[in-house]
Amino acid sequence: MAEMRSRDGVQLHRFPGGLLLDDHKAMATQRPVEKAPLPKELVIPLQQHIGEPAMPIVEVGEHVLGGQPIAEAQGHISALVHATSSGTVKEITERLIPHPSGLTAPCVVIETDGKDEFVSPEPLDGWQQAEPAAIHQHVRNAGIVGLGGAAFPTDIKLTADEFLQIDRLILNGAECEPYICCDDMLMRERAEEVISGALVMLRALATERCQLAIEDNKPEAEQALRDAIKQADAADHIELVIVPSVYPEGGEKQLIQVLTGKEVPSDGLPIDIGIVCHNVGTAAAVHRAVVNGTPLVSRFVAVTGGGVREPRVLDSRIGTPFATLIESAGGALDSAVRLLMGGPMMGFAIRDDSVPVIKATNCILLATDDEIRPAKEPMPCIRCGECAQVCPASLLPQQLYWHTRAREMDKVEDYDIFDCIECGCCDVVCPSHIPLASHFRFAKTEIWGKEAERARADIARQRYEARQERIEKEKREQEERRQRKKKMLDNLDREKSKKDEIKAAMERAKQKKREKQEGKD
Amino acid sequence: MLTAIAVIAGLAAAFGVVLGFAAVRFRVEEDPVVDQIDAILPQTQCAQCGYPGCRPYAEAIANGEADINQCPPGGEAGIRALAELLDREPKPLSEEHGVEKPKMLAIIDEETCIGCTLCIQACPVDAIVGAAKQMHTVIDDECTGCELCVAPCPVDCIDMVPVKTTLQNWKWPEPEKFYAPGSPLAEEERDPEHDTRVNPTREAGHG
Repeated sequence: MAEMRSRDGVQLHRFPGGLLLDDHKAMATQRPVEKAPLPKELVIPLQQHIGEPAMPIVEVGEHVLGGQPIAEAQGHISALVHATSSGTVKEITERLIPHPSGLTAPCVVIETDGKDEFVSPEPLDGWQQAEPAAIHQHVRNAGIVGLGGAAFPTDIKLTADEFLQIDRLILNGAECEPYICCDDMLMRERAEEVISGALVMLRALATERCQLAIEDNKPEAEQALRDAIKQADAADHIELVIVPSVYPEGGEKQLIQVLTGKEVPSDGLPIDIGIVCHNVGTAAAVHRAVVNGTPLVSRFVAVTGGGVREPRVLDSRIGTPFATLIESAGGALDSAVRLLMGGPMMGFAIRDDSVPVIKATNCILLATDDEIRPAKEPMPCIRCGECAQVCPASLLPQQLYWHTRAREMDKVEDYDIFDCIECGCCDVVCPSHIPLASHFRFAKTEIWGKEAERARADIARQRYEARQERIEKEKREQEERRQRKKKMLDNLDREKSKKDEIKAAMERAKQKKREKQEGKD
Repeated sequence: MLTAIAVIAGLAAAFGVVLGFAAVRFRVEEDPVVDQIDAILPQTQCAQCGYPGCRPYAEAIANGEADINQCPPGGEAGIRALAELLDREPKPLSEEHGVEKPKMLAIIDEETCIGCTLCIQACPVDAIVGAAKQMHTVIDDECTGCELCVAPCPVDCIDMVPVKTTLQNWKWPEPEKFYAPGSPLAEEERDPEHDTRVNPTREAGHG
């Protein structure tokens, strides 16, 4: 593996493959971040995170304040959901959500009252001395999930464990995907929140060392972070590392490899090599929860692309419709032909701009015809191996593709499909225009579906066998009862005959007596 | 010479003892073929195959009484898996046993239900709860969609509905299928909505 050094002399490593892409970030970073307007209606989905959906705890017609929990976490891997402004709960119903399926999902719909009143903040005073468990609980209560896009509940990755020594916390500010610039603007405008959040996270993880990595295409963010580190006097704990811009460096496993030279094991987690990795936006949210005492009710969203009149980053409440944000960014141009959530590499198409911003919404991209990769007919795979060259997970995409096409899902698994991060590098370089990443997404959900079916079949088998056993048992018991009754009746008969015998014997004895007497007489 | 024979014989005896012991002590219970067949069957317990459940059908296949193409819920994929396991030629689903359908779920119209318990007795996986003269209901997660409860209902209040697609069970569609030019399938329509990608590499090279 090639080695290199950052400008500050930090030893860096390379991850395999990757692409140099035009970043297209500057178009939305020229305007300062603005607060998005309060919409008339906030649509807040109950599932915005990986894991179990949250369970609503408010009723229709109830008045809620901003920051008030409206749905509780269900189970370990789940997250609370909060009202993001004051108003009345209008409905708890199925609404369209930003999801590649285009499905509806249960949402709490709040009609805002325009007062924007919030519950009083509950900071964790003296967090510098607080137990890690207290910080962990505070983060859970604030409903924080990973804001880099995966939306995994943050509290689970913020647990200090006496058996696991955490070597370092890595804060991911790489933001490698073209167009997306919400983290860039967050680091420029709220660097002190990111740094403070990092210190809180270090406390929660009971560790001392944090590396904050950003790509070298963000000089303004770099300066702001340096100032913030100095101001917080945190240089002993937080090290700013400038990494060269290569897509997909912001992938968790890729960034860890760049910073440490170590690979996260194939079926393992970063924690297995002593590392915890969080997004910079998540760190800022942790700061707000613990230091300011406010839950996760808003996030930075980049509204960008050639189809937006004034591309910019907006501080948006969760639940704000995409349309409201696009309006705040000057509206859509006639040239806009496609709406996406996320970036051009990993984002997905949205067919209706009424869908709300969720915790995972980092970017709303309105693309023009020029920006769309021209749709070309896929041609046969020529086994050129370009895809394997650029794969950041060292997979063999062409093998995965062949086996997916042949529905040999066990082979697809053998070729480690679950290490695929769906970055799309293979798609881009494929000379035959095969949509490889889409095939891999299909294969993954297909395998999960099969597994779920297997699990259901196993339960059905158990229940069927249990029922068979019960029926057998009932039959056996019935038979036993019958036998017992028969035996009892037999016994009765036998007793009766005994009595008869005795009676007969007595009769005979009497007879004899009588005869004797008669003889005497 | 004698020593050599004695040594070899001694070794043979010693290894014989070790192997004999290992054969008893570490014996691997071979997965009987019935279990392997049963593991492939979908466990719908619908009895469409002509046997009273998946296990009896598995036994029948193992005994050579039944063919491998009698399970409609298992469908083509199930037949292929059975053919591979038993090293036979796959064949199309036998028509007399039914057709492959999307997965269904039983729903009881609770307004109409009279609480006769007939469906409870019919359900092979105990997925219906209720008591005499009380409303019955289906536990969605346990229902295999076997349809065995539909016929016994005297008031016709059980409907079979397709399983709903949710965020939990949704699957990515297969990207527009690629067929060799000349294949009749190559003409299949392309769904432009699948093309969500934006071109970021107009001026970029490899990393």
